[in-house]
Amino acid sequence: MTRCRKFSAACELPFLSPVPSRTVAAETSAPIRMKKAAIMKRLLSTFALAGAMGLCAFGAQAATKLEQVKSKGFVQCGVSQGLPGFSNPNDKGEWSGLDVEFCRAVAAAIFGDATKVKFTPLSAKDRFTALQSGDIDILSRNTTWTITRDTSLGLNFTGVTYYDGQGFMIRKDKKVNSALELSGASVCTQTGTTTEQNLADYFRANNMTYEVIAFATNDEVVKAYDAGRCDVLTTDRSGLAGERLKLTNPDDHVVLPEIISKEPLGPVVAHGDDQWFDIVKWVLFAQLNAEELGVNSKNVDDQLKNATNPEIKRLLGTEGKYGEGMGIGNDWGYLIIKNVGNYAEMYDRTVGPDTPLKLSRGLNALWNKGGIQYAPPIR
Amino acid sequence: MSMTFDDGTFIRNEMAPVLPPPKLRIGPVAWMRENLFSGIFNTLLTLLGILLVISVVPPFVRFMFIDAVWTGENREACLGPDVGACWPFIHAKFGQLIYGFYPISERWRVDIVFALGAVLLVPLLVPSLPFKRTGSLLFFVVYPVVAFVLLTGGNINASAFLLERFGLIRPFVGDAQLGGINLAFWVDFGLTTLLFMAAIGGFIALLGGNGRSAARTTLFVFLALGAVIFCWDADVGLSYVETRQWGGLLVTLVIAVTGIVASLPLGILLALGRRSQMPVVRLLSVIFIEFWRGVPLITVLFFATYMLPLFLPQGTNPDALLRALVGVALFSAAYMAEVVRGGLQAIPKGQYEGAMAVGLTWSQMMRLIVLPQALTLVIPGIVNSFISLFKDTTLVLIVSIFDFLGQLRAAFTDPNWATPVTLYTGFAFAGVVYFFFCFGMSRYSLFVERRLNTSHRH
Repeated sequence: MTRCRKFSAACELPFLSPVPSRTVAAETSAPIRMKKAAIMKRLLSTFALAGAMGLCAFGAQAATKLEQVKSKGFVQCGVSQGLPGFSNPNDKGEWSGLDVEFCRAVAAAIFGDATKVKFTPLSAKDRFTALQSGDIDILSRNTTWTITRDTSLGLNFTGVTYYDGQGFMIRKDKKVNSALELSGASVCTQTGTTTEQNLADYFRANNMTYEVIAFATNDEVVKAYDAGRCDVLTTDRSGLAGERLKLTNPDDHVVLPEIISKEPLGPVVAHGDDQWFDIVKWVLFAQLNAEELGVNSKNVDDQLKNATNPEIKRLLGTEGKYGEGMGIGNDWGYLIIKNVGNYAEMYDRTVGPDTPLKLSRGLNALWNKGGIQYAPPIR
Repeated sequence: MSMTFDDGTFIRNEMAPVLPPPKLRIGPVAWMRENLFSGIFNTLLTLLGILLVISVVPPFVRFMFIDAVWTGENREACLGPDVGACWPFIHAKFGQLIYGFYPISERWRVDIVFALGAVLLVPLLVPSLPFKRTGSLLFFVVYPVVAFVLLTGGNINASAFLLERFGLIRPFVGDAQLGGINLAFWVDFGLTTLLFMAAIGGFIALLGGNGRSAARTTLFVFLALGAVIFCWDADVGLSYVETRQWGGLLVTLVIAVTGIVASLPLGILLALGRRSQMPVVRLLSVIFIEFWRGVPLITVLFFATYMLPLFLPQGTNPDALLRALVGVALFSAAYMAEVVRGGLQAIPKGQYEGAMAVGLTWSQMMRLIVLPQALTLVIPGIVNSFISLFKDTTLVLIVSIFDFLGQLRAAFTDPNWATPVTLYTGFAFAGVVYFFFCFGMSRYSLFVERRLNTSHRH
């Protein structure tokens, strides 16, 4: 049953819910003149139920997500319509960014080819619908992991590709060193996002007053802030790094140390296919483990031949059969690292210190380097 | 007092030279007095206008040209104080703005479609050129088929037409392929054609009409349909490019041209329907028009993209761009219908009566007398609809189809080009491009108006 697609008619037939079956049970003890009709009804619903179950069972056998993906030959990945460093079109007309690279890594693990992925740009409103309806296989669109989204939308978060948090940017000449000194400030933000709510929560919790100046798009927010219409600009810290590039004098502005919300961003898959969930989850873990073990796309061929460390051997598939459990090749780890690279490479290429965004690793450093990125071991 | 009158001293023997008019009556000064400073109010307006021009034009020119950056590899080139437009950004993104994510190696196909469209359209637009009938046949019938094959790659893998959907063909024919063409489909198509011919012919004959001619018409319709499907189905060796990869100006033009070409005939039909004496036809037309005019285009697009798949049977998932195309076409048809109706109502009753008096049938009357006059009258309204349709196409961004403006907005998010001036440069460029198209349409409509303005010259 769980494999039924959400809007498939067979799975929503009313007689599958417990209520009508109780009705049928009640009717069997009804007077005799009712009996014939009741029997007919029962028979009918039994047939229908069997049919529906057959359909669902057939559906389940016919295609797991992995089989679907393999048979169509590519991973369909939902990304944003443009977020600097996470998913944006580059000069060659290809999608690039951290969220995009992660989808490429999944494609590499399954097909050994990082190009076997197609991207669907999605707005924040449509992203979950697209996943629920099966239009996309993975949603990798800077989506914050929250309990509501994880439990009540029929979705599973597979991990955290980027630990983000909401921060503040302010002009240096305002001489403010802490967000706690912001009482009475006017704050520029985007409407209809959780940033607005976080802002309200933070200021209320600290007994401060503020004035919101909200705009529909990010670009308007930046222009307004740059023109001095508000004192403070607030959004996720990764966003602040991107917005800062658009300011007339980026050096005149400073990002305050306070992070007022937890925004763990990660890939999402739909409920109902644990194998697919496992694959997407372990692709990220493999990339994190690779970084921890010092395996990257440049030395991976060498490591494949010469590595003595059993952990590296298990990661690259020369020892053990860890791909089998997920229904993919045992060299999945090798393919990811060879085609896309480990987490550090992925990070540095898209948002790291050498890119215009210049985001330092911070929380996203490995657990043994002062961050909180920690992957379970491969064994 | 002696006076002599005969020595000719006081008599002119030549014409006086023509004096120039007073300084204030001719030349630029007079022109200015007359046109710019003819009163206190006009003088004030003129001064305000001059002020506006002075305050807008020089900074604009300075931003666009003088301070502009013309070469560079990335955002570094466009940083710094007092930098104007960042043209390398447009240069770097130009391909995407035109083709979207269309694969670079296949972009020549789009170029051919653009060029072919221009070559076929120009002879239609210039009145003095011959072969209008052939030209319009090529542009409105052949061109869309060719463009479809070129843009998508054709080879649509037609496998079932009607009967096969009930599994009636394949068991007998099998999965025979002939040069990439599925035999079962064409057997299915042929049988369906015969079935329809028999059914329609029989029905008409039963009603007392000419069953044979009805059957023949059906056959022609199916033959035309078959030819189109055959072109689309044949494997011409082009790789498949899904519409998801289309974008930029390509999508803007595809949507606008389809909307424009589809909305005019549909709108005329709806307008005639609304003025019809037949109650059912009138009611249906009114319902259609009022429904589509009553909902915003954004709602239509949303509905077509996200709600429609929920109602359609599983597995039928029409292409997203196609859904948007149909939505835009129907939406603009409703507006067009009202514009055309305005024209129809402006035709005096005498025209109708005269047409009927000389014994024209209803369709002849409409085709030869009423519609030519009505459409000429409402050219400004029609072109108005076209222009607003062209600009409304940009709403498809909300259903994740990146038209010209959508592609531009996506390009803004590239951190390699994030500078304070990127946004202004991009929108300035977009403004120029949109202006080019809309102003072109507007000038052409003026030209057509003047040319057709024969009956109402006063």
